[in-house]
Amino acid sequence: MQSSLNKTFFYNAGDMVAFMARFFKELVRPPYEIREILYQCYLVGYKSTFLIGLTGFIMGVVLAIQTRPSMASFGAISLIPGMVSVSVIREIGPVVTAIICAGKIGSRMGAELGSMRVTEQIDAMEVSAINPYHYLVVTRTIATTLMVPLLAIYADIIALFGGYIAMNIHDKTSLQHFFVAAMQHLEFIDVFPAIVKTFFFGWVIGIIGCYKGYNARRGTESVGVAANSAVVASSLAVFIIDLIAAQITDLLS
Amino acid sequence: MKEETNDINPMKNDFPNEASLPAGETAPGGTAPVENPPPTTADPNLQPTEPEPERSGRGEPIIIIKGVCKSFKDHDVLRGVDMYVYKGENLVILGKSGSGKSVLIKCMVGLETPDSGTIELFGQDISRLSYDELNAMRVRVGFLFQNSALYDSMTVRENLAFPLRQHKKKMTREKVDTAIMQALEDVGLSDSIDQMPSRLSGGQSKRIGLARTLILRPQIMLYDEPTTGLDTGTAREISELICKMKDKYKISSIIITHDMLCAKATADRIVMLKDGAVYAEGSYEELERSDDEWIKTFFY
Repeated sequence: MQSSLNKTFFYNAGDMVAFMARFFKELVRPPYEIREILYQCYLVGYKSTFLIGLTGFIMGVVLAIQTRPSMASFGAISLIPGMVSVSVIREIGPVVTAIICAGKIGSRMGAELGSMRVTEQIDAMEVSAINPYHYLVVTRTIATTLMVPLLAIYADIIALFGGYIAMNIHDKTSLQHFFVAAMQHLEFIDVFPAIVKTFFFGWVIGIIGCYKGYNARRGTESVGVAANSAVVASSLAVFIIDLIAAQITDLLS
Repeated sequence: MKEETNDINPMKNDFPNEASLPAGETAPGGTAPVENPPPTTADPNLQPTEPEPERSGRGEPIIIIKGVCKSFKDHDVLRGVDMYVYKGENLVILGKSGSGKSVLIKCMVGLETPDSGTIELFGQDISRLSYDELNAMRVRVGFLFQNSALYDSMTVRENLAFPLRQHKKKMTREKVDTAIMQALEDVGLSDSIDQMPSRLSGGQSKRIGLARTLILRPQIMLYDEPTTGLDTGTAREISELICKMKDKYKISSIIITHDMLCAKATADRIVMLKDGAVYAEGSYEELERSDDEWIKTFFY
């Protein structure tokens, strides 16, 4: 029983790695589905702006409100903009954006491709001599890889604006003064690794969502399973990448 | 129900099958485990035939299937299927659910890989083709899925334009539009061009699926249960459409079905599958006249 479970685990892990490796092979292979990539960018990026913006705003507001009492007790109210900017840009913005994208985009891709598998649409592409991996997986994964970093930057900016609004509840400060104070505490090592890791977040969200959907079994139940496991696996992958990124950043700094 | 079988095979009755032997033992007279051979009808007029290019005067068959076996885990789905189809011929494969009909045609387009045996299309063994060569072959072979498998995020127009966009990149927009209209006119659904697949009825979906497949002008068509789930009138229309396409474009077809009306309307020749192997072969009329009890269940 245990042996069988181990075998299944290693088989699935190997299958997923092979699926991920195939992405790089198919990436450089024409035709380049520019139209489909742009459409997926629209779905992944533009269609997520409201949700990401709202979440970013709430992040900034909550962070500023929650930290104010502690900062006030040290007489360090003026450090709140810097604290918000470093926390949001370095960690909270990218990770929360990625987790929301894993839920919204990963589940959509898992369900969409799972449904296409169940209704034989992927098989129909295959028998029409259209490479379904190239058309479905590569385009979606490129879109998430490009869009998640942009969404994270967008979330960071909105979060800082939220922090400014929250700070003005008790203290008077101008937008210009808040942003200057926030930027003064940021260094290259805060910004660059944070942006780089969001490309990895985007890639794993896309590839895992597609993997779960593409390999869904027959039957409608498998569509739900694919969507659900896409969210769980990609969220976990985001945290693992974040852990690795934190270690690398620590070594570099 | 009594089942007629061909008793001329000595392996069947003289040797015990593998399941009846104690673990680890082999059958007498051999080192390999004995397989339980698939049954064939006792009716001498309905025995599976070999292709006869010279006598038939139709040249070499366009599809030749030899000894194809396929199993999923412990379940043997196909057990040595032999079959052939000539150019311009409609071959109907009849069989009950689970007899391996759909698996067989999926093997023919590379959606499934046979465990053993060969499948030759246009004289080429598909198991020896590279991925690109297989894709070049697939363009010449159309496949109509049981549920049509229309891309539900695309309109009818986009569904039909999609394979053209992928394979005929030099076609101008005007030519693509003309080809789409021609394909829709062939199936009698010109006014559905901007509909989403979710708005189409079962019969309309089948027709659009057929139009999408025919737009690449395949030389072979594989139909997986083309009339399943349709009312009698619509099923008859689909059967007529299959015959019309065969006559118009000289397509060779394999039609998987257990709908006898469809089989009667479309078949030049019928092959009956039972337990993953060819049980009987003949025309509709020959099979209808058979005294074989199992064959009779399809006609009454």
